[in-house]
Amino acid sequence: MDKNRRNFLKVAGISTLAGLGGTAVVDRLVAGVNVAHASTEGGHGAEQGGHEAAPAAHGHAAAADPNANRYGLVIDVKKFYEDPSLGEKCVQACIKTHNIPEFDEKKDEIKWIWMTNYENAFPENPNKYRDEETESNQLPIMCNHCDNPPCVRACPTKATFRNEDGLVLMDYHRCIGCRFCMAACPYGSRSFNWRDPRPFVKELNRDFPTRMRGVVEKCTFCAELVEKGQLPACVEACGESKAMVFGNLNDPNSEIRKVLKENHTIQRNPSLGTLPSVFYIV
Amino acid sequence: MYDSGKIITGLIIFVLLVTIPVWYNRGTASNVPEPELPKDVKTCVLPKAEITAKHMQLLNQWRDEVIRTGDRSTLEIEGKQYPKSLMLACMKCHTSKVKFCDKCHDYASVKPYCWDCHLAPVE
Repeated sequence: MDKNRRNFLKVAGISTLAGLGGTAVVDRLVAGVNVAHASTEGGHGAEQGGHEAAPAAHGHAAAADPNANRYGLVIDVKKFYEDPSLGEKCVQACIKTHNIPEFDEKKDEIKWIWMTNYENAFPENPNKYRDEETESNQLPIMCNHCDNPPCVRACPTKATFRNEDGLVLMDYHRCIGCRFCMAACPYGSRSFNWRDPRPFVKELNRDFPTRMRGVVEKCTFCAELVEKGQLPACVEACGESKAMVFGNLNDPNSEIRKVLKENHTIQRNPSLGTLPSVFYIV
Repeated sequence: MYDSGKIITGLIIFVLLVTIPVWYNRGTASNVPEPELPKDVKTCVLPKAEITAKHMQLLNQWRDEVIRTGDRSTLEIEGKQYPKSLMLACMKCHTSKVKFCDKCHDYASVKPYCWDCHLAPVE
């Protein structure tokens, strides 16, 4: 075969075209296989378990056994508006139960449950002409114990994880303080211990540990109480007012499911697909 | 042997230097620690030899069972139920960290980080 410049260029050109075209075809085939059917509704445990044959196929990795527990909370915001002292009661109950430090400096703050304005809690529902009650009152927010928790995915050491009861918990022994989870959480539910918290705990609860400097902490839905059959401290603090209802979302006969059936509820930032377990009656 | 005087002196100095830790600490070895055991309770969750050797592994195992797998079953010791917990089980009998934990830990120069978070009993 004679090797001249003309023939070499021809062969080179054709192989380049074939190469480019080939990769495009392969890419498209691969992409076709991996199209994710993510939906914000998908994976809400009980709903799926009841009506669909294969819940796992529809959502995300966390689509757990529909027979397992998935604890959730309904917060009646109106009751918190009616009685502004209620919120403070919940926050204080949480602080006392979990040895949460209280710092003077705002940047050191550790928050498990706290009161905030409507527009901060629900930035996806802006409303220029909001009613006066919403405008002048605050509502409680906390960790949403998402069914699809982004913090768990971000954690490099599995220090934070979703347990069998749907609670997103922390194992402080494993936390290396990288704060990836804080970056991943869209709700700002996590706090980092910049300082040794123990000297700043006002009233020590000797049945519960404190944390150390350099770990991230957050609301646990009072896992240590809930798994003994008790209610979380904030729910307990609301008492008879029923401003907060706690229960198993996967049990169709539970009180929380009854409340959810009877009221229109919203979740925080539903478009992110984190599937929060905390619902708000607004 | 040439220069035997210098070599032997040098060797003696070398041996002395190398054995500094042995003769410097002579006679200062302290007694094996005797942690104070609870008076009213005689049985522990494991036999003495095992708990002495493996209490750290047991604590880790309890931690994993309780927070990871949610297995919060209780332990029965002399008819009393205890949760799997350092603060709520171990330290309920061993009521003094100073007279129990620290005795051996100081002797062995180990510094477990338990008490960074967990609360030792009030003494």
